[in-house]
Amino acid sequence: MSVVVEGKNIKRDYHVGGGLMRGARTVHAVKGVSFSVEQGKTLAIVGESGCGKSTLARIITLIDPATSGDLLIDGHKVDIAKDGLSKEMRRKVQIVFQNPYGSLNPRQKIGDILGEPLIINTDKPAEERRELAHAMLKKVGLGPEHYNRYPHMFSGGQRQRIAIARALMLNPRLLVLDEPVSALDLSVQAQVLNLLADLQDEFELTYVFISHDLSVVRYIADDVMVMYFGEAVEYGPRDEVFSNPQHSYTKTLFAATPRADVASIKARLAKKAA
Amino acid sequence: MTDQSAGLPAAATVPTGPRQRALSEFWHYFSMNTGAVIGLVVFTLLVLTAIFAPLIAPHMPDEQFRDSLLTPPMWQEGGKSMFILGTDAVGRDMLSRLIYGARYSLFIGLVVVVFALVSGIILGVLAGYFRGWVDTLIMRVMDIILAFPSLLLALVLVAILGPGLFNAMLAIALVLQPHFARLTRAAVMAEKNREYVVSAKVAGASHLRLMLVTILPNCVAPLIVQATLSFSNAILEAAALGFLGMGAQPPTPEWGTMLATAREFILRAPWVVTFPGLAILITVLAINLIGDGLRDALDPKLKRS
Repeated sequence: MSVVVEGKNIKRDYHVGGGLMRGARTVHAVKGVSFSVEQGKTLAIVGESGCGKSTLARIITLIDPATSGDLLIDGHKVDIAKDGLSKEMRRKVQIVFQNPYGSLNPRQKIGDILGEPLIINTDKPAEERRELAHAMLKKVGLGPEHYNRYPHMFSGGQRQRIAIARALMLNPRLLVLDEPVSALDLSVQAQVLNLLADLQDEFELTYVFISHDLSVVRYIADDVMVMYFGEAVEYGPRDEVFSNPQHSYTKTLFAATPRADVASIKARLAKKAA
Repeated sequence: MTDQSAGLPAAATVPTGPRQRALSEFWHYFSMNTGAVIGLVVFTLLVLTAIFAPLIAPHMPDEQFRDSLLTPPMWQEGGKSMFILGTDAVGRDMLSRLIYGARYSLFIGLVVVVFALVSGIILGVLAGYFRGWVDTLIMRVMDIILAFPSLLLALVLVAILGPGLFNAMLAIALVLQPHFARLTRAAVMAEKNREYVVSAKVAGASHLRLMLVTILPNCVAPLIVQATLSFSNAILEAAALGFLGMGAQPPTPEWGTMLATAREFILRAPWVVTFPGLAILITVLAINLIGDGLRDALDPKLKRS
């Protein structure tokens, strides 16, 4: 199995400009995170709000450069701050955002949204782009009648399917999913997660799955990384992390997951009464 | 279901081409707005009047009838059927002057708005997209222009460039342009960090494509409204400059100039002032109605699926 994406000691600092009364500060958003994901596997990154998950996602997606550290995609070192970004690299990594209401251009029809990555990165003729878009719509569970519609005519789950379809138009190796289901209803969450699992099997995709929902992570992940204030406090195979958490934050996190079985409810009531 | 039956045959009959299909769709949404259609009809009539002025006008605009100065309109006492809307202080037919004046007013409005819009959009997009020192530089210059009373600045510019219609139009365009730049900048800044823009970036879109194809179309609604308002502003400011002797020069049958030069007869011969004023009012109203309809038709969120 080949390693698709590998991060070595990735750091990201933000410089907060000083105001009138105080000097400039540096915020360490990501403090030296290392990971590697093999082809066809899913790495889940878990953590609370503001722990650096999304910053890391933007670095892996090659949107923002890392301050230091190495990012290797398919064994090639990528540094967008220094060398810029080739089209070939661009095609390898795509992203699906959390909010399906903001991630689709409201003025583009679905067909144009799906065709845009092809226009920019390939020189396929219009007819072929159209066919590819139709095929991709079918793969994510939508139909050809949706081709000429605008994003506002769709529900949240359907939009997220469109966002996934757009990300897959360039046949990427790696898909970064930045909380792709946390804005959706539970029933729709399950549908989208199943779709993602099916697509992973079909295209041998590698996922980096950002989430704060542990039940979702347990369902989809192979490896789990827990982040806390910019650091990876826990990193390992899913079952190991879930059954034997090492760091105190991970334990708190797991304890914070609501449990509905009778024993835990009784224990909680007893605790309250005491 | 209706959507499906409407979408599929359109896709099957491709020969019309995507552009024509987009046009017919646009017209479908535009025609739902009655006011906009009325505005468009009035505006089209005005444009036709302007184009075919020599065929429609009963007299030449600067032909003087010395024996009938300040003749009232034909339905008033003392009116002549020869002069439907009466004559002005030097015996020129009002109707003919108004018809020829449509040419000037529409031309001024169009040229000024196009100049102001294009330069304002370019500056605003650059400032909003790149931020940093580009933004500071452009916006401080805009602030300086906005700090002057607009008519005064136009006056100074015309005084430097020399009086005349074209220079007046340039000056007015420069005065109106900061409004477009600010509106565009604000809209671009709001849209720039939306996720669909980041998605387009991840898909590999260049700066130019992001600015013009991804972001700009989402900013047009306020610009259209501002453009229609500026159209009337441009006509009025051109008139003011004409009144001060810096714009269209007196024999020119420009509505604003007519209005300004007829000021002294407002009590004795109200028709000399009323009709140019009405012409401006109707034109501005029609254009504003069109602007409203355009905004509705161009905004997919207001479309009914």
